[in-house]
Amino acid sequence: MGSALGVDTLPMPTKVENWKDEVYGNEIREHLMNFAEEGWDAIPDDEHDAWFERFKWWGLYHQRSGQESYFMMRIGTPNGVIEPGQLEVIAEVADEYARGPAENPEFGDAYCDWTTRQSIQLHWIKIEDVPEIFEKLESVGLSTQQACGDSWRNIVGCPVAGKDKHEHIDAWPIAEDLHETFKGDDDYANLPRKWKVSVTGCDEGCGQGDINDLAFEPAEKDGELGFNVRVGGGLSRKEPRLARDIDVWVPPEQAADIGHGMSALFREYGDRDDRFNARIKFLMDEWGPEKMREVLQEEFVDFDLQRAGEDMRDQYTYNAGGNEHGDHVGVHEQPDGNYYVGLDVLVGRMGVDDVYELAELADEYGSGEVRLTQRQNVIVTDVDSDRLDEFLAEDLLEDYSPDPHPFMRGSIACTGTEFCSLSIVETKNRQVRYARWLKDNVELPEGVEDFHIHLSGCTASCAQPQIADISLRGMKTRKDGEPVEAFDIGLGGGLGENPQFADWVEMRVAADEVPGYIENLLDAFKAERDGDETFREFVADRDEEELQALADPEETSYDDPYLGNTKMTWYPYVEDSDMQSSPAPTDANDEPLPSDD
Amino acid sequence: MTTDVHQLDDGAWISVNDSREVNVSDLWLLAKSDFCGCEPTDFLAEGFVDTGVDHPNIEARIAGRCIACGTEGVTDWLTVGRVIDPESGEFRGVVHDSVHVPAKYRRLADAEQ
Repeated sequence: MGSALGVDTLPMPTKVENWKDEVYGNEIREHLMNFAEEGWDAIPDDEHDAWFERFKWWGLYHQRSGQESYFMMRIGTPNGVIEPGQLEVIAEVADEYARGPAENPEFGDAYCDWTTRQSIQLHWIKIEDVPEIFEKLESVGLSTQQACGDSWRNIVGCPVAGKDKHEHIDAWPIAEDLHETFKGDDDYANLPRKWKVSVTGCDEGCGQGDINDLAFEPAEKDGELGFNVRVGGGLSRKEPRLARDIDVWVPPEQAADIGHGMSALFREYGDRDDRFNARIKFLMDEWGPEKMREVLQEEFVDFDLQRAGEDMRDQYTYNAGGNEHGDHVGVHEQPDGNYYVGLDVLVGRMGVDDVYELAELADEYGSGEVRLTQRQNVIVTDVDSDRLDEFLAEDLLEDYSPDPHPFMRGSIACTGTEFCSLSIVETKNRQVRYARWLKDNVELPEGVEDFHIHLSGCTASCAQPQIADISLRGMKTRKDGEPVEAFDIGLGGGLGENPQFADWVEMRVAADEVPGYIENLLDAFKAERDGDETFREFVADRDEEELQALADPEETSYDDPYLGNTKMTWYPYVEDSDMQSSPAPTDANDEPLPSDD
Repeated sequence: MTTDVHQLDDGAWISVNDSREVNVSDLWLLAKSDFCGCEPTDFLAEGFVDTGVDHPNIEARIAGRCIACGTEGVTDWLTVGRVIDPESGEFRGVVHDSVHVPAKYRRLADAEQ
């Protein structure tokens, strides 16, 4: 659309939809391969935005300012299952292709990120390397297809599906079937927005269905096990929603039919005029669960929907705030007598040498399979019971412990300003420093073994801050007149039978005063706690004023090297971090390309 | 040439002629903004909601918060920069931490002159 002023002011939503109308879905791959062959410069300058939007569908996300020509690559592993032989290839790809022009002081120059949606993220990827990377990944059945973009995303679920004593239905074949069915299906390739699905068959609630667009949760109906269906959960943009019960039960063999029906409903009725209003949670706001069910029945399925069965939510312990462990870290016996061992990966990032080592250990002691959890941790499955002790004595487990300190165990962080355009603050390295300081300086009250601190750089909520004991969300404030990175702090969030989003209690706390705040807060919890009251109960029992009075932020011995504006740097950890010193954009060999100026 | 303006990546950017020019996470000082009671408002940009043009200025409405009083919301139209060469489409952004006056008041002031 042009105007008399020669200015095109189409709103962005329409623009994205226009780009998607022109080229989207599977066909993007051919263009991507052509650009890869010709190099970064082959992407026309005036088509950058359109292609970068489209590349997301194939798992490539252009990194932030100062890092032009570098991409984040996401590999979708349904249900977090990394099959035997795959992890070694992931390590090889990270080792060979995910080394950038600068090193991270905590994690080195090549690493893998395990995400809160059981996927894998690599950084500093060059478009010229994409064909080789795809070939390597696809040789072992891995793919980046639909890992980002407006379609079916990586399917999440209980990370030990099929190997869990708490399981009523093995949901892994169902997750696998949904993955096979909806990856690459042109009918569902272009949705109004992302489509996040969770499938769980255990009674612990670890699929986190409540925060997904579509959730299948175990339920019994007339003596038969199947799934109740919930719709419309999500955390982003200060508009968190819990998925709502649409009063539908399906047997496992009909889960894919509901998947077809609900995502087709979203395709047809989701808001394509306003991307900020596009997620199905907003359609649920407008319609309510009864109408959602009615439209699904009348227009999108060809069988009679059954009413909801009896769910198992009263048994949910995962991130439920109770005294049982709310994750999969630790040593757990499988129904077949072997063990799965959950290892804590602080903020979900693992150096590439450790990834190689993990792959070797999984192969030597287990079946070679490794799984990813929604708490950014890894699980080695099928560990032979006779060799369990030997496995637990391996050196790697000193750094990635099955029995970590609660502050290490409970820490989650998103990508942050290191690479992400949206983030307001540095995240992963800071959360590593927070966890270490808290471990060394703060004692948790008696009996508290789980304590979740989720740190997200912005309101997109990739670290799922609203469902933690302590939620940290990136902000800014001024300190001595100077702008510094800061956090809004929320308390008392979590999942379980009755999920609860955190209450935002302390706002705009300078990043270097957050550990002191947590120390003071836990002192107050210790002093005022009623018996063995959990932290979540403690928070729930107090109104906002009482919560605010509990503790103040405070400077301590904690030192924060990232207090200034990390977004103004081309990379926050290098000596010459000035934006003008960035080598980007670079060619395939990381050599700076000549400037257009 | 036609100037092409839009937001990108969930409101993280304003793109001008396919170049990412204005990013979220900066602090903007807003004078006479009626965004909150602070004068000036020390405003953290968290997301670009709308983009527009008041030729030759590029404008945006920005979601965010006053970091002094905590008021959240969306600003009135703010000039974020201008296309300084219509032929090449070259854009120059404003200095975000200098003082900015949202459109409503600017227009009132213009009308009084």
